[in-house]
This record gives sequence, structure tokens and C-alpha cells, in this order.
Amino acid sequence: MSFRLPDGGCLIDRSQPVAFTFNGKRVQGFRGDTLASALMAADRRMVGRSFKYHRPRGIMASGVEEPNALMNMGEGGRFEPNQRATTTELFDGLIARSQNHWPSLGFDIGALNNKLARFLPAGFYYKTFMRPQWAWKHVFEPIIRRSAGLGQVPTKPDTDRYEYFYAYTDILIAGGGVAGLEAALEAGRSGAKVLLLEQSPYFGGRFMVDDVEVDGRNGPAHITYLLDEIAKLPTVTLRSRTQGAGVFDHGYALGFERLNDHAPTASGPRHRLWRIRAKRIITATGALERTLNFAGNDKPGVMLAGAVRDYVRLYGVAPGARTVVVTNSDDAYRTALTLHAAGLEVPLIVDSRPQAGALADAARQAGIRIETGHAIARVNGYKHVTSVEICLQSGAGNAVETVACDCVAMSGGFSPVVHLWSHCGGKLLWDEANAMFSPDISRPPTNQHGEGFVLPAGAALGALETEACLASALAAGRQAVDEVGQSRAGDTAPRQVRAQPEAPMSPVWAMPANAPYRLRSKTWLDFQNDVKLTDIQLAAREGYESVEHAKRYTTIGMATDQGKLSNINGLAVLAAALDADIPAVGTTTFRPPYTPVSLGAIAGEAAGKLFKPTRKTAIDGWHESHGAIFEPVADWRRPYAYPAKGESVQAAITREIVATRSAVGLFDASTLGKIMVTGPDAARFLDLLYTNMMSTLKPGKCRYGLMCNENGFLMDDGVVARLSEDTFLCHTTTGGSDRIHAHMEEWLQTEWWDMQVFTANLTEQYAQIVVAGPRARKVLEALGGMDVSPGELPFMGFVEGKLGGIKARIFRISFSGELSFEVAVPASRGLLLWNLLLQAGASHGIRPYGTEALHVMRAEKGFVVVGDESDGTVTPHDLNMSWAVSKKKDDFIGKRGMQRSFLTGQNRKQLVGLRTLSDTEKLPESAHAVENGKAIGHVTSTYFSPTLGHPIAMALINGGQGRLGDVLDFSAGGAIRKARIVDPVFYDKEGARQDV
Amino acid sequence: MFELSTAVELEGNGAVLVARHAPVGMVTLKAGLNRAISAALKQSTGAGVPPKRKIRKGIAWMAPDELLIFTESDPDALIRELDSRITAPALLADVSDARAVFTLKGRGVRDVLAKGAPIDLSPEAFGTDDFRRTRLGQVAVALWIPAPDEARLICLASVGQFVFDWLVNASQKDSLPDYFST
Repeated sequence: MSFRLPDGGCLIDRSQPVAFTFNGKRVQGFRGDTLASALMAADRRMVGRSFKYHRPRGIMASGVEEPNALMNMGEGGRFEPNQRATTTELFDGLIARSQNHWPSLGFDIGALNNKLARFLPAGFYYKTFMRPQWAWKHVFEPIIRRSAGLGQVPTKPDTDRYEYFYAYTDILIAGGGVAGLEAALEAGRSGAKVLLLEQSPYFGGRFMVDDVEVDGRNGPAHITYLLDEIAKLPTVTLRSRTQGAGVFDHGYALGFERLNDHAPTASGPRHRLWRIRAKRIITATGALERTLNFAGNDKPGVMLAGAVRDYVRLYGVAPGARTVVVTNSDDAYRTALTLHAAGLEVPLIVDSRPQAGALADAARQAGIRIETGHAIARVNGYKHVTSVEICLQSGAGNAVETVACDCVAMSGGFSPVVHLWSHCGGKLLWDEANAMFSPDISRPPTNQHGEGFVLPAGAALGALETEACLASALAAGRQAVDEVGQSRAGDTAPRQVRAQPEAPMSPVWAMPANAPYRLRSKTWLDFQNDVKLTDIQLAAREGYESVEHAKRYTTIGMATDQGKLSNINGLAVLAAALDADIPAVGTTTFRPPYTPVSLGAIAGEAAGKLFKPTRKTAIDGWHESHGAIFEPVADWRRPYAYPAKGESVQAAITREIVATRSAVGLFDASTLGKIMVTGPDAARFLDLLYTNMMSTLKPGKCRYGLMCNENGFLMDDGVVARLSEDTFLCHTTTGGSDRIHAHMEEWLQTEWWDMQVFTANLTEQYAQIVVAGPRARKVLEALGGMDVSPGELPFMGFVEGKLGGIKARIFRISFSGELSFEVAVPASRGLLLWNLLLQAGASHGIRPYGTEALHVMRAEKGFVVVGDESDGTVTPHDLNMSWAVSKKKDDFIGKRGMQRSFLTGQNRKQLVGLRTLSDTEKLPESAHAVENGKAIGHVTSTYFSPTLGHPIAMALINGGQGRLGDVLDFSAGGAIRKARIVDPVFYDKEGARQDV
Repeated sequence: MFELSTAVELEGNGAVLVARHAPVGMVTLKAGLNRAISAALKQSTGAGVPPKRKIRKGIAWMAPDELLIFTESDPDALIRELDSRITAPALLADVSDARAVFTLKGRGVRDVLAKGAPIDLSPEAFGTDDFRRTRLGQVAVALWIPAPDEARLICLASVGQFVFDWLVNASQKDSLPDYFST
């Protein structure tokens, strides 16, 4: 059984009880507990079922490497799966549920998989379910989906807030254990700017647990000393609950701060993603203990030896009353001594080495029995450990003794946390003596200057023993100071360390060495993904010799813990199976983030109304309050139509068109791009940009123009107004304003830099309102102030003045085919003008119209829309617009492109009008024209025309311009609709209506 | 020019105050930024061409050939005056209505801005005459910090409401990382 000790636990406050629920049952812990320590104190040792075989699983670790104790945490908008109990701080009202069990944690049907394990070998999904083919979808997949998997998917939107923070620093330190703090102090004393991130809520790491003496201070006292000294330095910032999660190119790093996970009802954001630029990054990320590979090493009660010690020292919790320690190195002896000192039984230390080190003497003096050269053959017990069978390490697992116990503390040595070093390309060395990969400091990740920018320190460098650890931390601090260009403030003298010397470890990748299949097949490497020793050996036999292949075939290291416990053991087993050296097999790639970062933090503040910026015109508020329904056009929202209460959208569109064609309509065209182009060479520049001639345009006049890309394909269109001899105002499409401005600047800056031309995007300076319809002139005249008579303001002209008291420029251009004026005023006056026009037009029956009415009216007139009739593969000639392509100009962008043979043939897809044979059924959007079983074109625009009383459409049809009168078949969702090719100008071909 | 009394929208309940101003007089000048231009500017506004990425006396450096001039007088009048003084080719345009202008006030303005702008906003790196075109989250902005506890920001008017909402969200109480010493 596990239980709370009567005293001890430096992180908990026994005067502050904290209540929470686990699987619906009330449990109590203390402030300072993790969920794992509180569960253990309450003797909840089985906390979940395994991924594949549904085996009972317990807490194995005390930190981020925990593979088993994953919880469904919270409820509703705060529900989150796969949360590690070991890194979850306890708070009042915490709700946790174990995962992957059905119907209950205690009784699980899926555990049958355990009995069927021989049918679920490595790569089983490639083998077992191949035939019959239909069975995968209908039988196997549904069953596997129900029985496999970890946490549940949240069903409610996240109620919490998240954010980013951009920070710059000279030196970033990942890890607030003793190495990180020593480096921070040494570097900070120079005045360099230092940012240190610590993932847990407290600083000090192993120094809070292990018995050491530094400069006459014990571990925790030395940490306090370091924190006090650092507090005096104004340039050093420490952040707890913030993980250095990733290292990227050019000294870019990611920090993941968990502000309110321990206090979910507090105000402020829940997580903050730090995006950090650092000149140097010190990785003081420590080391992770490894598991040992013996049969039953996954049973609840089998734990990492260091974690057992953590629970006793940090939280005052005994993981068991009677603990067998099994090890291949010295560190686990500290666990035995800690348990003994806490009054707990340690019946036996099983050491696989022939001889133990000096720490063994201390254990012996404490009366603890030690068996060297021995191993655990198997662990007995189902839902928790009841005993272990002891055998010779060199043998085949024949038990010589069975020892009753309720906890097993194992240690297979340590692996430095090299993740951050490796994220951006730092290389590794195999350290034979410690059987671990550590950073090869001669091959660091390099920055934009080709310099190494990551400096590992302490255990993360491979300096596992205290003295070396501290020395490397001070050295890293000093090196970082030198490299960021600060001067050192005098070096700290080497720390005087008193600690027990350690004897060499001896690697053990299989326990016992010659374990038979029956034991190996119950020996776990990857606990979270349920990968066993025999799976890796099978992968090797089946030819998956590359470590990357074996990983994917067996799924080792692919769970949410990314193989923190399993990777080294896995590749050592693979190396043994291949009879190769471990460094020759190599590691898989370490990728950021170090542990999972919440999706909320990655999204940052971009949720709800801040999800994406929506551009709004100065008149947008009026549209909204008058019932407009909007459509997105580029990043803008534009009114699509203004249905009245109870009116259908189609009826509203029809009403808006009829009002405009018969009286007068009002349209917000503010989103159209407006780019000012000025300078002595402006006319020459525009001649090169547009396909038609702009230099011949007279000041005071407008001309419609087309722009192509270098391939000769249409990219934008719009009306150009010549404001003066050397100044033009170029209108673009709504989506084109930024793009075309950038296009102009690119040509000016990279190709025609000798031209004296300046451009400015003035799109948002003006509100632009269209007044269109037979009574449009009367409305403007009613407003007064400007002469808009045909003599003064002819078609395709513009005038400037004050309209109704507002400084205005009125263009006489038409996209509806009606008598039409576009009035541009400063944007801040836009709403005022809109309202004045409504007022002045009231007696004329003025109505606002939306983008759909606009589109129907322009289609009636056969006007194209860039992006509807063009799709990036269409030339002006294809659109019957050869008239807008100058033959006189020497050059313009796209001239050579559109002269290529395949763009000039007669069988290009060409723009035509379509008249359906039926007067009621319109053609579907994008419907294909089918002839002799082949598609010969498609519909580009299709509407019902209220003006004409029948459907109209435009299409791009192979050789269409030569096929006037032909009837084509169009596919319409299985049916065929017939339409006749006609002139695309359906209405007022001679243009009489707009020129009055 | 940036008085809070003329603000059209204001939120004062957060960790810093966020205000959106009524349109402020702004003129874009694009030209070869040489001595002659600087002299013409000085005659009209009292200040010449500022150094790269700086704002001096209401004139902000936008690009190697572009300045933004803040003016309390009529922008059209300023444009006419500059036009008469500048002889080289140049573009002058009133952009007062094209942009939204914001003021942030209070300790922590740098913290608020650093939640969205990927630039070094520490007082050592970004002084009171620095001016930076950057982004705030997903939106292009330009910003400067004219006084220790006061920041100014401009963006396109069409996203003015979005940026106001963004700033109010980022300046909520208990949400500042407190990373900058001043």
C-alpha cells in the first residue's frame, strides 16, 4: 500500500487540505501536492489502463516523463485529455478521471487483449487485418477504435484565454535546477540579460531531494542562497511553471508557461506561449532515469527509484511500505537509504553489477541486504505488486528466491535530456562509461553566423555527479557571457562539494541477460504505447533495421511522452538484436516541443472575435443595423443583400435590382482598391502595367484597364482616373488592392528603379459610394454643390468639388449599365454622405443594393469579374477583350506571354453567354458543358435575371466565340440542362442607359 | 493631437488604458529623402527628415523613401505648402482617414504590445523616439513609445475595431507578464 508519512515533504503544506475527485470519488491531499502524490497518499496506485492490452498501470515517475498516469482532466469547457498527474498541481475542486478503460478502471473488458497478445504483435495492423478487405472498415477499425486510444476528445469550446509573448534576451536558460541557477547567477553578474525558465512550480530540481553539501550548505540551502543572490541582479528574470519547450533556428526558442492550471478560476490567461530570441541558450535540463527491462516492469508499484525518493522527500508520501530496489548503478542506493531513514522497509537491494560502490557500504551499515550479480526475474501481482522473483543476472531467469513487497524501485541509469540541444541540429556522443548519449559540444547547433548558440550545462551535458555538474554550469554561464559580448564580473570560485563518490554503472538492456521468450514478452519498453521487448526484436527480425523504421513499425516512442523513458532502452535492444553498436544504430530525431503544448497556447489570443481580422468600411455599421447579410470578399465583409423582415434573400436581391434599374440604387464600393501613382514617369509606368494605353488618357478622364501577369493571364481590372498630367488614381478589385500595390512596388524597386514614380495605397482614405439608376443624377442634384450634368460630367469623366458640403470626387463610371456616379469622400465622411444620399433619394425611391444585385446587373451587361470569369489561366482575348489589349505599345507586362502559340489558338476556352432553353431552371454554378462524352467548358457565372425574366449565364467554352447559336448540354447533378450559346451582353448592348 | 479627451472609444478598466482617437491629421510623403526635402520639411513643419526607424517632432520614418507627417493643421494646406516647396518628384497624400490611431497609457504598455509585436520592446532597445512598422498579432501596425508609460499605435482604419478589441483583451488585469523593468 502507499500512504502519507507522518512527517516530511518539503513542498506540501499539511495545514492546507485540498479536496478533489478521482473517478467521481472524493479524495483529499495537501496544498503543494501533485495529483500523482495526492493519489498515492490515498493509496490509489492503479490509475489507468494501458493503450493496447488494457493492463493495469500505476504511477511510475514524478515528472514530465510519466508514461502511465494520464488523466481526463476537468469538465465542459475546461475538459482536457492526456494530462500527466505528475505535473498537475493539486487545487480545490480538481476533477480527474482515468483513461482507456471500459466499463470501469477495476473491471475492464479490453483486458482480454492481454490474453490475445500473440495476435497483436508489432505491426499487427499491417498483418492481421489485410483480408478480407471490407472487414477493415466494418469490423476491425470500429473494434480497435473502441478499445485503443487514450483520452477523450473535448466536446465543448475552450472557455480559457491564451496569449503569446515575444521576449528578447542575451541568454536564455532552460531549467531551474542547480545547474541552471548557477549559470544564471554567473552570467547575470556580468550585467547580461538572462531569462531562466523552469517547468515546475519550484526551483532546485534534484537538489531539493538529494543529500549533498555545497560550500557548507545542504542542497535546499544552496538553492535558497542562489535564489537570494539572483534576486539582487536586475537583469535576470526567473519564470517558474514555464518550460523551455523548443529550440529553433537563429536563437529562436519556445517557452510554454502554465499560469493558471493550478488555479483555473483565477483571472488572466491560462497559458502563455513565449516566443524568445536569445543570443545564447543554456540547456540545463537535467537527466531522466531509465527503466530496467524485466518481466512485469509495467505493474502498478514498479517505479523509477528517483521518483520513489521524490515522493518521500518532496511530498511526504510512501509509494510502498516494503520496497525492493533493483539497480545497475549507485544512485538507487540513495532511494534505499531515504526509505530506510523514513522508517520504511527495504527487504532487499538487487544490484545487477558484480560489485557495488561506496554507497553500498552505507546501505549495509543501515542493515539493508544487498544481492549483487542478481536480477528480477519477474514481478508478481495483477493490480499491484505483491512480490518479486529474484534470479542471477547472468542466467535465464530461474528464481532463486521470492521476496514479498508492494513497491519496486528500479534504476537503469540516466539519460541526459538532450532534446533542446538536438532540436536544431546539435549532435550527440555515446558515453560508454555511463551508457548514455550526451551532447557533442564540438558539433553544436549553429546560428546565422555559423556559431554554436546552445550551451548544455550540468546533467544535460552528461555531468551527472555534483561537482562536475556545478563546474560545467559555471563554465557555461561564463562562456555565454563571453559570447554575447559582455565582460565577466570576476569568476565564482569552484564550489566545494561533499558527496558520496559513485562507482561505475553497468548497462543492462535485458534482465536477466538470457531471459526466455516467456519473460521477454512480458517486459515493457514503451509503457504508453504498449511496446514490449519482443516487439523490437521482432521488428529487427522482419528487417526493420533502421531505428526510424523500427520506431514506426512498433510505435515505440510515438506516444504523447515521445519515448522519454523508452527511446534509449528501445534502441539498445534493437542494437543487440542486430548485433550492432548502440551509436551505430543511432537515435530517432528529437523534435520540439519537449512535452505537448496546448493547442490553445498555439492559437494564442486568436479565438472568438479575435479569430481573424475582418476589414470593415466606414459604412459597415449602417449595413449591419439595416439587416444586411454579409459575404467575405478578401479580408473585407461586404453586404450581400438587405432582406427586409420576412423577406427572402432572393426576393431582396430582385427588389434591389428592380429599384436600381427603374429608379435609383445606392452601393458601398469603398472596398475597391485605390492606388495613387505619381511622378514624371507615371504614364510610362502605367503603360507597362496595363494591357491598354494609359498615357493617352486626358486629365479629368477615366479609362477601364486590364492588368496581366508575365504569362499574359488576366490578374486584375479597374478604372484608372488621370488626376493631373503626372498623377493617376488606379482602382483595383477589392481583393487586388494590396496585391496590385505590392506588384507595382516590386516592378518599381527591382526592375524599373530608374523610373521616377511613387505609389501610395489610398484605399482606406476614401469611402466610395455608387449612385446608379435612371434617377441617379436627380439625387446628386438634390444634394447640390456640384454640376453633374452630361456636359460638365460626361460618361467616363470625373469632377472634384463639394457635394452637399463634403469634399468629393465624382466619377461617372458604370458597372451596372445604368446612369451611374461613384462618389469618393474622405472615409470619415462616408457615413454622413450615405445618409445624405438616402435622404435626398427618398422621394426618388432610392434603395441600397448588395454585392449579389451588383453581380446580377453586371452579368446582364456581360461585364466580367476577375476570379469568376478568370481563373489565372485566362487571357483578355479569351474574354472577348482584345479591344483592351494595345497593339501599338512596344511592351507591357504579359505582351510576350499572351503571344505564345498555345494562347492564341482558336480552340481556347472563350467567354460566351448562355440562354437556358427553359425559362425557369438556371444552370448550376461551375456546371460542365459536355459534348461527345467530353467536357468542353464550364459555367463561370449564373443568375436569374429579374430584368429579363429568365436565367442568364456566362461560360468559358472551347472555341465558344465561333459557336454562337449552338445548343450545349450541361451536367446538373445527374440531370442534363440545355442552353444556347448567345452574346454575353444580354441587356442594353448599345449602352444607351449609361450614357444619358 | 493625441488628447484622451478627443478619444472616440476608451477602455480604462484594464491593466493599461486603451483609447482610440478621432482621425488625426496625417500626410504621406514619398520622395528621395535628401537634404532638399529635409529643408523643405523643416520650413513647413519645423522638423526635418528623421533618422531610420525614428519619429522626431511628429515626423515618422516609414521606409527609405517614405515619411508619415502628423499634423494639427489642415492636411490639405500642409500638402499645398509642401508641394510648393518641394521641387523634386514626390508624392503627397492625405491619409488622415485611412488609419486608426490608438494611445495606451499605464505601467505595462510594453508588456501589452509585446504580446503581439515580434520586436524587442525593452527600454534599452526601443527608446522614446523609436518608431517601428511591425505587426500586432495578425494585423500590420506601426507603433512608438513617446513616454515611459505611454504608447501610440496606428493601423488601417478598416481593422480599427479589431485592434481596439485586441488591445483591450491583451491589457486585461492580471494578464501582464511584467517582463520589462520600466
